[in-house]
Amino acid sequence: MSRILAIESSCDETAAAVVEDGRKVLSNIISSQIDIHTLYGGVVPEIASRKHTERICQVVEEALKAADMELVDVDAVAVTYGPGLVGALLVGVSYAKGLAFAANKPLIGVHHIEGHISANFIDHPELEPPFPCLVVSGGHTHLVRVKDYGEYEVLGRTRDDAAGEAFDKVARAIGLGYPGGPKIDKISDEGNPEAIAFPRAKVADSVYDFSFSGLKSAVLNYLNSCKMSGEEVNRADVAASFQKAVVDVLVEHAMAALAEGGEKTFALAGGVASNRHLRQAFEEACAQRGIAFYRPAPIFCTDNAAMIGAAAYYEYRKGVRHGLDLNAVPNLKLGERI
Amino acid sequence: MNLIALDSSGQTATVALVSDGVLLGEYTINHKKTHSQTLMPMLQTLCDAAEYELGTTDAIAVAAGPGSFTGLRIGAAAVKGMAQALSKPVIAVPTLEGLACQFYGTEQLVCPIMDARRAQVYSGIYRFSHEGAGVGMHTVAEEAALPMTEQIGRLNALGKNVIFLGDGVEVHRQVIAEQMQVPYILAPLHKRLQSAGSVATRALMMLEEGKQPVEAGAFAPEYLRPSQAEREREEKLGAE
Repeated sequence: MSRILAIESSCDETAAAVVEDGRKVLSNIISSQIDIHTLYGGVVPEIASRKHTERICQVVEEALKAADMELVDVDAVAVTYGPGLVGALLVGVSYAKGLAFAANKPLIGVHHIEGHISANFIDHPELEPPFPCLVVSGGHTHLVRVKDYGEYEVLGRTRDDAAGEAFDKVARAIGLGYPGGPKIDKISDEGNPEAIAFPRAKVADSVYDFSFSGLKSAVLNYLNSCKMSGEEVNRADVAASFQKAVVDVLVEHAMAALAEGGEKTFALAGGVASNRHLRQAFEEACAQRGIAFYRPAPIFCTDNAAMIGAAAYYEYRKGVRHGLDLNAVPNLKLGERI
Repeated sequence: MNLIALDSSGQTATVALVSDGVLLGEYTINHKKTHSQTLMPMLQTLCDAAEYELGTTDAIAVAAGPGSFTGLRIGAAAVKGMAQALSKPVIAVPTLEGLACQFYGTEQLVCPIMDARRAQVYSGIYRFSHEGAGVGMHTVAEEAALPMTEQIGRLNALGKNVIFLGDGVEVHRQVIAEQMQVPYILAPLHKRLQSAGSVATRALMMLEEGKQPVEAGAFAPEYLRPSQAEREREEKLGAE
Protein backbone atom coordinates (compact mmCIF):
# COMPACT_ATOMS: atom_id res chain seq x y z
CA MET A 1 0.00 0.00 0.00
CA SER A 2 1.36 3.41 -0.98
CA ARG A 3 0.23 6.76 0.32
CA ILE A 4 1.27 9.84 -1.56
CA LEU A 5 1.13 13.42 -0.33
CA ALA A 6 0.36 15.51 -3.41
CA ILE A 7 0.67 19.27 -3.90
CA GLU A 8 -0.82 21.44 -6.64
CA SER A 9 -0.27 25.18 -7.23
CA SER A 10 -0.28 25.63 -11.00
CA CYS A 11 -2.89 28.40 -11.14
CA ASP A 12 -5.07 29.97 -8.46
CA GLU A 13 -5.84 27.07 -6.14
CA THR A 14 -3.41 26.01 -3.43
CA ALA A 15 -4.14 22.34 -2.89
CA ALA A 16 -2.84 19.29 -1.06
CA ALA A 17 -4.14 15.75 -0.74
CA VAL A 18 -3.22 12.31 0.52
CA VAL A 19 -4.11 9.51 -1.90
CA GLU A 20 -3.82 5.77 -1.29
CA ASP A 21 -2.81 3.55 -4.19
CA GLY A 22 -3.92 6.11 -6.74
CA ARG A 23 -7.64 5.50 -6.23
CA LYS A 24 -8.61 6.24 -2.66
CA VAL A 25 -8.61 9.86 -1.50
CA LEU A 26 -7.80 10.12 2.20
CA SER A 27 -7.91 13.91 2.17
CA ASN A 28 -8.34 16.67 -0.38
CA ILE A 29 -7.83 20.27 0.70
CA ILE A 30 -8.29 23.16 -1.72
CA SER A 31 -7.69 26.78 -0.81
CA SER A 32 -9.13 28.90 -3.60
CA GLN A 33 -7.99 32.44 -4.32
CA ILE A 34 -10.90 33.16 -6.62
CA ASP A 35 -12.28 36.00 -4.46
CA ILE A 36 -9.06 37.96 -4.89
CA HIS A 37 -8.65 37.37 -8.63
CA THR A 38 -12.30 38.25 -9.29
CA LEU A 39 -11.37 41.85 -8.38
CA TYR A 40 -9.05 41.87 -11.39
CA GLY A 41 -11.30 40.01 -13.84
CA GLY A 42 -8.90 37.07 -14.11
CA VAL A 43 -5.96 35.37 -12.48
CA VAL A 44 -3.07 37.74 -11.69
CA PRO A 45 0.10 35.59 -11.68
CA GLU A 46 2.07 37.63 -9.14
CA ILE A 47 -0.82 37.69 -6.68
CA ALA A 48 -1.41 33.95 -7.18
CA SER A 49 2.26 33.23 -6.43
CA ARG A 50 2.19 35.34 -3.28
CA LYS A 51 -0.96 33.66 -1.99
CA HIS A 52 0.40 30.18 -2.66
CA THR A 53 3.47 31.05 -0.59
CA GLU A 54 1.31 32.26 2.29
CA ARG A 55 -1.05 29.31 2.34
CA ILE A 56 0.90 26.23 1.33
CA CYS A 57 2.01 25.11 4.80
CA GLN A 58 -1.49 25.29 6.26
CA VAL A 59 -3.02 23.48 3.29
CA VAL A 60 -0.54 20.61 3.57
CA GLU A 61 -0.97 20.47 7.33
CA GLU A 62 -4.74 20.23 6.91
CA ALA A 63 -4.37 17.50 4.29
CA LEU A 64 -2.21 15.40 6.60
CA LYS A 65 -4.51 16.03 9.54
CA ALA A 66 -7.65 15.15 7.58
CA ALA A 67 -5.95 11.90 6.50
CA ASP A 68 -5.04 11.32 10.15
CA MET A 69 -1.38 11.06 9.25
CA GLU A 70 2.01 12.55 9.95
CA LEU A 71 4.53 13.40 7.27
CA VAL A 72 6.64 10.36 8.27
CA ASP A 73 3.74 8.08 7.29
CA VAL A 74 3.66 9.08 3.62
CA ASP A 75 5.60 7.10 1.03
CA ALA A 76 6.32 9.93 -1.38
CA VAL A 77 5.75 13.62 -2.08
CA ALA A 78 4.25 14.51 -5.46
CA VAL A 79 3.93 17.96 -7.00
CA THR A 80 2.62 19.53 -10.20
CA TYR A 81 5.60 20.88 -12.17
CA GLY A 82 3.79 21.98 -15.33
CA PRO A 83 2.06 23.22 -17.31
CA GLY A 84 0.77 26.37 -15.62
CA LEU A 85 1.83 29.80 -14.40
CA VAL A 86 5.56 29.58 -13.83
CA GLY A 87 5.62 31.67 -10.65
CA ALA A 88 2.74 29.70 -9.17
CA LEU A 89 4.25 26.34 -10.12
CA LEU A 90 7.59 27.36 -8.58
CA VAL A 91 6.02 27.78 -5.16
CA GLY A 92 4.66 24.23 -5.10
CA VAL A 93 7.80 22.74 -6.65
CA SER A 94 10.21 24.58 -4.31
CA TYR A 95 8.10 23.79 -1.27
CA ALA A 96 7.76 20.10 -2.21
CA LYS A 97 11.51 19.84 -2.72
CA GLY A 98 12.20 21.35 0.70
CA LEU A 99 9.65 19.04 2.29
CA ALA A 100 10.87 15.89 0.51
CA PHE A 101 14.52 16.71 1.24
CA ALA A 102 14.02 17.38 4.93
CA ALA A 103 11.64 14.44 5.42
CA ASN A 104 13.84 12.16 3.29
CA LYS A 105 10.97 11.12 1.00
CA PRO A 106 11.01 10.37 -2.73
CA LEU A 107 9.87 13.26 -4.94
CA ILE A 108 7.63 12.81 -7.99
CA GLY A 109 6.87 15.63 -10.43
CA VAL A 110 3.47 15.35 -12.09
CA HIS A 111 1.98 16.84 -15.27
CA HIS A 112 -1.11 18.89 -14.43
CA ILE A 113 -3.23 17.55 -17.30
CA GLU A 114 -2.17 13.96 -16.59
CA GLY A 115 -3.52 14.73 -13.14
CA HIS A 116 -6.87 15.86 -14.57
CA ILE A 117 -7.08 12.66 -16.63
CA SER A 118 -6.13 10.51 -13.62
CA ALA A 119 -8.92 12.11 -11.56
CA ASN A 120 -11.09 9.54 -13.34
CA PHE A 121 -9.32 6.71 -11.49
CA ILE A 122 -10.49 8.11 -8.16
CA ASP A 123 -13.45 6.09 -6.86
CA HIS A 124 -13.58 4.12 -10.15
CA PRO A 125 -11.61 0.91 -9.38
CA GLU A 126 -12.81 -0.75 -12.58
CA LEU A 127 -11.54 1.97 -14.95
CA GLU A 128 -8.35 0.95 -16.73
CA PRO A 129 -6.58 2.13 -19.87
CA PRO A 130 -6.81 2.21 -22.79
CA PHE A 131 -9.50 4.88 -23.28
CA PRO A 132 -9.79 8.27 -24.96
CA CYS A 133 -10.19 11.25 -22.65
CA LEU A 134 -11.26 14.80 -23.36
CA VAL A 135 -9.65 17.37 -21.05
CA VAL A 136 -11.40 20.75 -21.02
CA SER A 137 -10.48 23.54 -18.67
CA GLY A 138 -9.79 27.25 -18.56
CA GLY A 139 -6.34 26.73 -19.98
CA HIS A 140 -6.55 23.44 -21.87
CA THR A 141 -8.54 21.59 -24.50
CA HIS A 142 -6.94 18.22 -25.25
CA LEU A 143 -8.32 15.07 -26.78
CA VAL A 144 -6.01 12.33 -25.55
CA ARG A 145 -5.74 8.58 -25.94
CA VAL A 146 -4.68 7.08 -22.60
CA LYS A 147 -2.74 4.06 -23.90
CA ASP A 148 -1.57 2.83 -20.51
CA TYR A 149 -0.92 4.31 -17.08
CA GLY A 150 1.33 7.30 -17.70
CA GLU A 151 1.32 6.81 -21.48
CA TYR A 152 -0.54 9.30 -23.58
CA GLU A 153 -1.08 10.10 -27.21
CA VAL A 154 -2.42 13.57 -27.93
CA LEU A 155 -5.00 13.24 -30.70
CA GLY A 156 -6.10 16.87 -30.83
CA ARG A 157 -5.68 20.16 -29.08
CA THR A 158 -6.92 23.68 -29.47
CA ARG A 159 -5.17 25.84 -32.03
CA ASP A 160 -6.10 29.06 -30.25
CA ASP A 161 -8.35 29.59 -27.22
CA ALA A 162 -9.02 26.84 -24.71
CA ALA A 163 -12.71 26.00 -24.38
CA GLY A 164 -12.83 27.43 -20.85
CA GLU A 165 -11.10 30.58 -22.04
CA ALA A 166 -13.81 31.07 -24.68
CA PHE A 167 -16.42 30.68 -21.92
CA ASP A 168 -14.67 33.37 -19.86
CA LYS A 169 -14.40 35.78 -22.79
CA VAL A 170 -18.00 35.36 -23.90
CA ALA A 171 -19.22 35.64 -20.30
CA ARG A 172 -17.36 38.94 -19.98
CA ALA A 173 -18.78 40.19 -23.30
CA ILE A 174 -22.37 39.57 -22.18
CA GLY A 175 -21.69 41.02 -18.73
CA LEU A 176 -21.81 37.83 -16.67
CA GLY A 177 -18.36 38.34 -15.14
CA TYR A 178 -15.60 35.97 -14.05
CA PRO A 179 -15.35 32.98 -13.94
CA GLY A 180 -17.47 32.54 -17.03
CA GLY A 181 -17.98 28.75 -17.20
CA PRO A 182 -20.41 28.20 -14.34
CA LYS A 183 -22.27 31.43 -15.13
CA ILE A 184 -22.86 30.52 -18.77
CA ASP A 185 -23.86 27.00 -17.73
CA LYS A 186 -26.50 28.45 -15.39
CA ILE A 187 -27.98 31.19 -17.56
CA SER A 188 -28.17 28.76 -20.51
CA ASP A 189 -30.99 26.94 -18.73
CA GLU A 190 -33.21 29.92 -19.57
CA GLY A 191 -32.04 30.31 -23.17
CA ASN A 192 -32.70 28.67 -26.50
CA PRO A 193 -29.60 26.86 -27.78
CA GLU A 194 -30.93 27.06 -31.35
CA ALA A 195 -31.68 30.80 -31.21
CA ILE A 196 -28.49 31.96 -32.90
CA ALA A 197 -26.50 29.94 -35.45
CA PHE A 198 -22.91 30.24 -34.26
CA PRO A 199 -20.24 28.43 -36.31
CA ARG A 200 -18.83 24.97 -35.48
CA ALA A 201 -15.23 25.47 -36.52
CA LYS A 202 -13.26 22.73 -38.25
CA VAL A 203 -9.48 22.81 -38.44
CA ALA A 204 -8.49 22.19 -42.05
CA ASP A 205 -5.62 19.72 -41.67
CA SER A 206 -6.70 17.88 -38.53
CA VAL A 207 -9.76 15.83 -37.62
CA TYR A 208 -9.26 16.22 -33.87
CA ASP A 209 -7.87 19.71 -33.33
CA PHE A 210 -10.12 22.47 -32.03
CA SER A 211 -10.47 26.18 -32.71
CA PHE A 212 -12.63 28.43 -30.55
CA SER A 213 -11.42 31.92 -31.42
CA GLY A 214 -13.67 32.08 -34.52
CA LEU A 215 -16.66 31.18 -32.39
CA LYS A 216 -15.72 33.79 -29.81
CA SER A 217 -15.41 36.41 -32.60
CA ALA A 218 -18.78 35.36 -34.02
CA VAL A 219 -20.37 35.99 -30.62
CA LEU A 220 -18.67 39.39 -30.34
CA ASN A 221 -19.74 40.30 -33.87
CA TYR A 222 -23.31 39.26 -33.11
CA LEU A 223 -23.34 41.42 -29.97
CA ASN A 224 -21.89 44.32 -31.91
CA SER A 225 -24.43 44.07 -34.72
CA CYS A 226 -27.26 44.00 -32.16
CA LYS A 227 -25.85 47.14 -30.61
CA MET A 228 -25.57 48.87 -34.00
CA SER A 229 -29.15 48.05 -34.93
CA GLY A 230 -30.45 48.85 -31.46
CA GLU A 231 -31.75 45.31 -31.05
CA GLU A 232 -31.97 44.04 -27.47
CA VAL A 233 -29.65 41.13 -26.69
CA ASN A 234 -31.13 38.07 -25.02
CA ARG A 235 -28.15 37.04 -22.91
CA ALA A 236 -29.58 33.62 -22.09
CA ASP A 237 -30.03 32.84 -25.80
CA VAL A 238 -26.51 34.00 -26.62
CA ALA A 239 -25.07 31.92 -23.78
CA ALA A 240 -27.10 28.82 -24.66
CA SER A 241 -26.31 29.05 -28.38
CA PHE A 242 -22.62 29.64 -27.75
CA GLN A 243 -22.44 26.78 -25.27
CA LYS A 244 -24.22 24.45 -27.67
CA ALA A 245 -21.69 25.29 -30.39
CA VAL A 246 -18.79 24.41 -28.06
CA VAL A 247 -20.44 21.23 -26.79
CA ASP A 248 -21.32 20.03 -30.31
CA VAL A 249 -17.71 20.30 -31.47
CA LEU A 250 -16.31 18.61 -28.35
CA VAL A 251 -18.77 15.71 -28.59
CA GLU A 252 -18.25 15.27 -32.32
CA HIS A 253 -14.46 15.06 -32.02
CA ALA A 254 -14.59 12.70 -29.06
CA MET A 255 -17.04 10.37 -30.80
CA ALA A 256 -14.84 10.34 -33.89
CA ALA A 257 -11.87 9.26 -31.74
CA LEU A 258 -13.94 6.48 -30.19
CA ALA A 259 -15.10 5.29 -33.60
CA GLU A 260 -11.51 5.19 -34.82
CA GLY A 261 -9.98 3.53 -31.72
CA GLY A 262 -12.87 1.14 -31.10
CA GLU A 263 -12.69 1.59 -27.30
CA LYS A 264 -15.84 1.03 -25.27
CA THR A 265 -14.85 3.48 -22.55
CA PHE A 266 -14.63 7.26 -22.60
CA ALA A 267 -13.62 9.77 -19.93
CA LEU A 268 -14.08 13.49 -19.49
CA ALA A 269 -11.77 15.64 -17.32
CA GLY A 270 -10.88 19.20 -16.39
CA GLY A 271 -12.75 22.13 -14.89
CA VAL A 272 -15.25 22.38 -17.76
CA ALA A 273 -16.15 18.70 -17.23
CA SER A 274 -18.46 19.84 -14.44
CA ASN A 275 -20.47 21.90 -16.96
CA ARG A 276 -23.90 20.25 -16.77
CA HIS A 277 -24.82 20.72 -20.41
CA LEU A 278 -21.50 19.23 -21.55
CA ARG A 279 -21.87 16.25 -19.23
CA GLN A 280 -25.41 15.62 -20.37
CA ALA A 281 -24.44 15.75 -24.06
CA PHE A 282 -21.65 13.21 -23.45
CA GLU A 283 -23.90 10.94 -21.39
CA GLU A 284 -26.38 10.84 -24.25
CA ALA A 285 -23.79 10.38 -27.00
CA CYS A 286 -22.05 7.57 -25.09
CA ALA A 287 -25.31 5.85 -24.14
CA GLN A 288 -26.41 5.79 -27.80
CA ARG A 289 -23.17 4.02 -28.73
CA GLY A 290 -23.02 1.61 -25.76
CA ILE A 291 -19.93 3.28 -24.37
CA ALA A 292 -19.15 3.46 -20.65
CA PHE A 293 -18.86 7.12 -19.75
CA TYR A 294 -16.66 8.31 -16.91
CA ARG A 295 -16.17 11.68 -15.39
CA PRO A 296 -14.66 12.70 -12.07
CA ALA A 297 -16.88 13.95 -9.24
CA PRO A 298 -17.13 17.76 -9.54
CA ILE A 299 -14.66 18.33 -6.68
CA PHE A 300 -12.02 16.39 -8.65
CA CYS A 301 -12.76 18.31 -11.88
CA THR A 302 -11.49 21.62 -10.57
CA ASP A 303 -7.79 22.06 -9.90
CA ASN A 304 -7.04 19.82 -6.94
CA ALA A 305 -4.19 17.75 -5.53
CA ALA A 306 -6.00 14.42 -5.24
CA MET A 307 -5.77 14.05 -9.01
CA ILE A 308 -2.02 14.73 -8.77
CA GLY A 309 -1.76 11.99 -6.15
CA ALA A 310 -3.66 9.63 -8.44
CA ALA A 311 -1.33 10.28 -11.39
CA ALA A 312 1.76 10.19 -9.14
CA TYR A 313 0.91 6.71 -7.88
CA TYR A 314 1.34 5.15 -11.32
CA GLU A 315 4.64 7.02 -11.79
CA TYR A 316 5.75 5.90 -8.31
CA ARG A 317 4.89 2.29 -9.14
CA LYS A 318 7.06 2.54 -12.26
CA GLY A 319 9.99 3.83 -10.21
CA VAL A 320 9.89 7.43 -11.43
CA ARG A 321 11.74 9.74 -9.00
CA HIS A 322 12.76 13.37 -9.44
CA GLY A 323 15.89 15.02 -8.09
CA LEU A 324 16.15 18.24 -6.12
CA ASP A 325 16.90 20.01 -9.39
CA LEU A 326 13.25 19.54 -10.46
CA ASN A 327 12.14 22.79 -12.07
CA ALA A 328 8.77 24.25 -12.97
CA VAL A 329 8.08 23.78 -16.68
CA PRO A 330 5.27 26.19 -17.64
CA ASN A 331 4.76 24.68 -21.11
CA LEU A 332 5.34 21.02 -20.23
CA LYS A 333 3.90 18.79 -22.95
CA LEU A 334 1.49 16.00 -22.17
CA GLY A 335 3.35 12.70 -21.83
CA GLU A 336 6.69 14.54 -21.78
CA ARG A 337 9.11 13.50 -19.04
CA ILE A 338 11.75 15.98 -17.86
CA MET B 1 22.63 26.18 17.87
CA ASN B 2 22.52 24.60 14.42
CA LEU B 3 21.34 26.70 11.49
CA ILE B 4 20.63 26.25 7.82
CA ALA B 5 20.89 29.62 6.03
CA LEU B 6 20.11 30.59 2.49
CA ASP B 7 19.65 33.60 0.25
CA SER B 8 18.06 33.52 -3.22
CA SER B 9 16.95 37.16 -3.33
CA GLY B 10 19.12 38.09 -6.30
CA GLN B 11 21.08 36.31 -8.98
CA THR B 12 23.35 34.81 -6.32
CA ALA B 13 22.38 31.42 -4.93
CA THR B 14 24.00 30.86 -1.54
CA VAL B 15 23.54 28.30 1.23
CA ALA B 16 25.38 27.82 4.53
CA LEU B 17 25.42 25.55 7.56
CA VAL B 18 26.30 26.70 11.06
CA SER B 19 26.88 24.29 13.94
CA ASP B 20 27.56 25.46 17.48
CA GLY B 21 29.40 28.62 16.53
CA VAL B 22 31.22 27.12 13.54
CA LEU B 23 30.45 27.96 9.93
CA LEU B 24 30.59 24.37 8.66
CA GLY B 25 30.46 25.51 5.08
CA GLU B 26 29.10 27.98 2.61
CA TYR B 27 28.31 27.30 -1.03
CA THR B 28 27.74 30.33 -3.26
CA ILE B 29 27.20 30.54 -7.00
CA ASN B 30 26.90 33.77 -8.96
CA HIS B 31 25.61 32.44 -12.20
CA LYS B 32 22.50 32.88 -14.30
CA LYS B 33 21.09 29.37 -13.84
CA THR B 34 17.69 29.42 -12.15
CA HIS B 35 17.56 29.06 -8.36
CA SER B 36 14.91 26.42 -8.75
CA GLN B 37 17.51 24.10 -10.28
CA THR B 38 20.49 25.08 -8.14
CA LEU B 39 19.50 26.00 -4.60
CA MET B 40 18.34 22.65 -3.20
CA PRO B 41 21.04 20.55 -4.94
CA MET B 42 23.61 23.01 -3.51
CA LEU B 43 22.22 22.51 -0.02
CA GLN B 44 22.21 18.76 -0.48
CA THR B 45 25.85 18.83 -1.64
CA LEU B 46 26.84 21.01 1.30
CA CYS B 47 25.03 18.79 3.82
CA ASP B 48 26.75 15.71 2.39
CA ALA B 49 30.19 17.36 2.37
CA ALA B 50 29.81 18.63 5.93
CA GLU B 51 28.18 15.37 7.11
CA TYR B 52 25.42 17.54 8.49
CA GLU B 53 22.45 15.82 10.13
CA LEU B 54 19.30 17.71 9.08
CA GLY B 55 17.52 16.48 12.19
CA THR B 56 19.89 18.48 14.41
CA THR B 57 18.73 21.79 12.89
CA ASP B 58 17.39 24.32 15.40
CA ALA B 59 16.18 26.94 12.93
CA ILE B 60 16.34 27.93 9.27
CA ALA B 61 17.49 31.44 8.38
CA VAL B 62 16.49 32.95 5.06
CA ALA B 63 16.89 36.25 3.29
CA ALA B 64 13.25 37.32 3.49
CA GLY B 65 13.35 40.28 1.11
CA PRO B 66 13.45 42.60 -0.57
CA GLY B 67 14.69 41.09 -3.82
CA SER B 68 13.50 39.42 -7.00
CA PHE B 69 9.91 38.33 -6.30
CA THR B 70 10.42 34.92 -7.87
CA GLY B 71 13.85 34.43 -6.32
CA LEU B 72 12.50 35.25 -2.87
CA ARG B 73 9.66 32.79 -3.29
CA ILE B 74 11.90 29.94 -4.43
CA GLY B 75 13.89 30.36 -1.23
CA ALA B 76 10.87 31.02 0.96
CA ALA B 77 8.89 28.03 -0.32
CA ALA B 78 11.86 25.67 0.07
CA VAL B 79 12.48 26.97 3.59
CA LYS B 80 8.81 26.57 4.49
CA GLY B 81 8.89 22.97 3.26
CA MET B 82 12.04 22.16 5.22
CA ALA B 83 10.93 23.98 8.37
CA GLN B 84 7.57 22.22 8.32
CA ALA B 85 9.13 18.80 7.78
CA LEU B 86 11.63 19.39 10.59
CA SER B 87 9.10 21.17 12.86
CA LYS B 88 11.60 24.01 13.29
CA PRO B 89 11.06 27.76 13.05
CA VAL B 90 12.20 30.23 10.42
CA ILE B 91 14.37 33.27 11.08
CA ALA B 92 13.33 35.87 8.51
CA VAL B 93 16.43 37.99 7.90
CA PRO B 94 15.88 41.24 5.98
CA THR B 95 17.98 40.79 2.83
CA LEU B 96 19.69 44.16 3.19
CA GLU B 97 20.65 43.50 6.83
CA GLY B 98 22.10 40.13 5.81
CA LEU B 99 24.14 41.87 3.13
CA ALA B 100 25.30 44.63 5.50
CA CYS B 101 26.59 42.06 7.99
CA GLN B 102 29.42 41.29 5.59
CA PHE B 103 30.95 44.45 7.08
CA TYR B 104 30.06 43.49 10.67
CA GLY B 105 31.83 45.82 13.08
CA THR B 106 32.96 48.43 10.56
CA GLU B 107 33.01 52.05 11.69
CA GLN B 108 31.78 53.26 8.33
CA LEU B 109 28.16 53.42 7.20
CA VAL B 110 27.11 50.36 5.21
CA CYS B 111 24.76 50.89 2.27
CA PRO B 112 23.64 47.72 0.48
CA ILE B 113 22.00 48.46 -2.87
CA MET B 114 20.06 45.93 -4.91
CA ASP B 115 18.89 46.66 -8.41
CA ALA B 116 15.08 46.95 -8.15
CA ARG B 117 14.47 47.86 -11.83
CA ARG B 118 12.00 50.65 -12.70
CA ALA B 119 14.88 53.11 -12.00
CA GLN B 120 14.96 52.20 -8.32
CA VAL B 121 17.12 50.34 -5.83
CA TYR B 122 16.23 48.40 -2.72
CA SER B 123 18.47 49.96 -0.14
CA GLY B 124 18.91 50.82 3.52
CA ILE B 125 21.68 52.45 5.56
CA TYR B 126 23.19 50.63 8.53
CA ARG B 127 25.87 51.24 11.16
CA PHE B 128 27.55 49.03 13.72
CA SER B 129 28.45 49.88 17.32
CA HIS B 130 31.00 48.20 19.56
CA GLU B 131 29.39 47.06 22.80
CA GLY B 132 31.85 45.36 25.08
CA ALA B 133 33.08 42.33 23.18
CA GLY B 134 29.98 42.40 20.99
CA VAL B 135 28.66 44.40 18.11
CA GLY B 136 25.31 46.09 17.74
CA MET B 137 23.63 46.76 14.42
CA HIS B 138 21.56 49.90 13.89
CA THR B 139 19.33 51.08 11.11
CA VAL B 140 20.16 54.61 9.98
CA ALA B 141 17.70 54.58 7.06
CA GLU B 142 14.96 51.93 6.75
CA GLU B 143 14.90 49.53 3.83
CA ALA B 144 12.95 50.96 0.90
CA ALA B 145 12.56 50.95 -2.86
CA LEU B 146 13.82 54.36 -3.96
CA PRO B 147 15.85 56.11 -6.70
CA MET B 148 19.61 55.73 -6.24
CA THR B 149 20.06 59.50 -6.34
CA GLU B 150 17.73 59.86 -3.34
CA GLN B 151 19.82 57.42 -1.29
CA ILE B 152 23.01 59.23 -2.33
CA GLY B 153 21.44 62.48 -1.13
CA ARG B 154 20.81 60.94 2.29
CA LEU B 155 24.37 59.65 2.53
CA ASN B 156 25.78 63.06 1.60
CA ALA B 157 23.62 64.65 4.31
CA LEU B 158 24.87 62.12 6.90
CA GLY B 159 28.44 63.15 6.05
CA LYS B 160 30.12 59.87 7.05
CA ASN B 161 32.31 57.44 5.10
CA VAL B 162 30.30 54.80 3.26
CA ILE B 163 30.75 51.22 2.05
CA PHE B 164 28.51 50.25 -0.89
CA LEU B 165 27.75 46.62 -1.69
CA GLY B 166 25.12 44.57 -3.52
CA ASP B 167 24.27 43.89 -7.14
CA GLY B 168 23.24 47.53 -7.55
CA VAL B 169 26.86 48.65 -7.28
CA GLU B 170 27.70 47.72 -10.85
CA VAL B 171 24.45 49.20 -12.21
CA HIS B 172 24.90 52.53 -10.40
CA ARG B 173 28.69 52.81 -10.38
CA GLN B 174 28.62 55.94 -12.51
CA VAL B 175 25.98 57.89 -10.61
CA ILE B 176 27.76 57.03 -7.35
CA ALA B 177 31.03 58.39 -8.78
CA GLU B 178 29.32 61.55 -10.00
CA GLN B 179 27.16 62.41 -7.00
CA MET B 180 28.82 61.11 -3.84
CA GLN B 181 30.33 64.02 -1.87
CA VAL B 182 31.61 61.95 1.08
CA PRO B 183 34.38 59.32 0.93
CA TYR B 184 33.14 55.86 -0.05
CA ILE B 185 34.39 52.48 -1.18
CA LEU B 186 32.78 49.81 -3.30
CA ALA B 187 32.90 46.40 -1.64
CA PRO B 188 35.55 44.04 -3.01
CA LEU B 189 34.40 41.04 -5.07
CA HIS B 190 34.39 38.56 -2.19
CA LYS B 191 32.07 40.80 -0.15
CA ARG B 192 30.04 42.36 -2.94
CA LEU B 193 27.08 39.99 -3.23
CA GLN B 194 24.79 37.89 -1.01
CA SER B 195 26.39 35.39 1.35
CA ALA B 196 24.42 32.83 3.34
CA GLY B 197 27.14 32.94 5.99
CA SER B 198 26.36 36.61 6.48
CA VAL B 199 22.61 35.80 6.63
CA ALA B 200 23.42 33.27 9.39
CA THR B 201 25.46 35.90 11.26
CA ARG B 202 22.57 38.33 11.14
CA ALA B 203 20.13 35.58 12.17
CA LEU B 204 22.17 34.81 15.29
CA MET B 205 22.36 38.54 16.12
CA MET B 206 18.58 38.80 15.75
CA LEU B 207 18.09 35.94 18.22
CA GLU B 208 20.40 37.71 20.67
CA GLU B 209 18.43 40.92 20.18
CA GLY B 210 15.38 38.95 21.30
CA LYS B 211 13.65 38.81 17.89
CA GLN B 212 11.47 35.71 17.77
CA PRO B 213 11.67 33.21 14.90
CA VAL B 214 8.35 32.45 13.17
CA GLU B 215 6.50 29.23 12.41
CA ALA B 216 6.89 27.88 8.87
CA GLY B 217 3.24 28.61 8.11
CA ALA B 218 3.47 32.24 9.25
CA PHE B 219 6.54 33.09 7.21
CA ALA B 220 6.17 35.04 3.95
CA PRO B 221 8.67 37.17 2.04
CA GLU B 222 8.77 40.94 2.50
CA TYR B 223 8.49 42.23 -1.08
CA LEU B 224 8.46 45.96 -0.22
CA ARG B 225 6.30 46.47 -3.29
CA PRO B 226 2.76 45.46 -4.15
CA SER B 227 2.25 43.55 -7.40
CA GLN B 228 1.81 45.61 -10.56
CA ALA B 229 -1.88 44.64 -10.76
CA GLU B 230 -2.51 45.83 -7.20
CA ARG B 231 -0.63 49.06 -7.85
CA GLU B 232 -2.59 49.78 -11.02
CA ARG B 233 -5.88 48.96 -9.32
CA GLU B 234 -5.11 51.29 -6.44
CA GLU B 235 -4.15 54.07 -8.86
CA LYS B 236 -7.39 53.54 -10.75
CA LEU B 237 -9.50 53.53 -7.59
CA GLY B 238 -7.63 56.60 -6.36
CA ALA B 239 -8.33 58.44 -9.62
CA GLU B 240 -12.06 57.76 -9.49
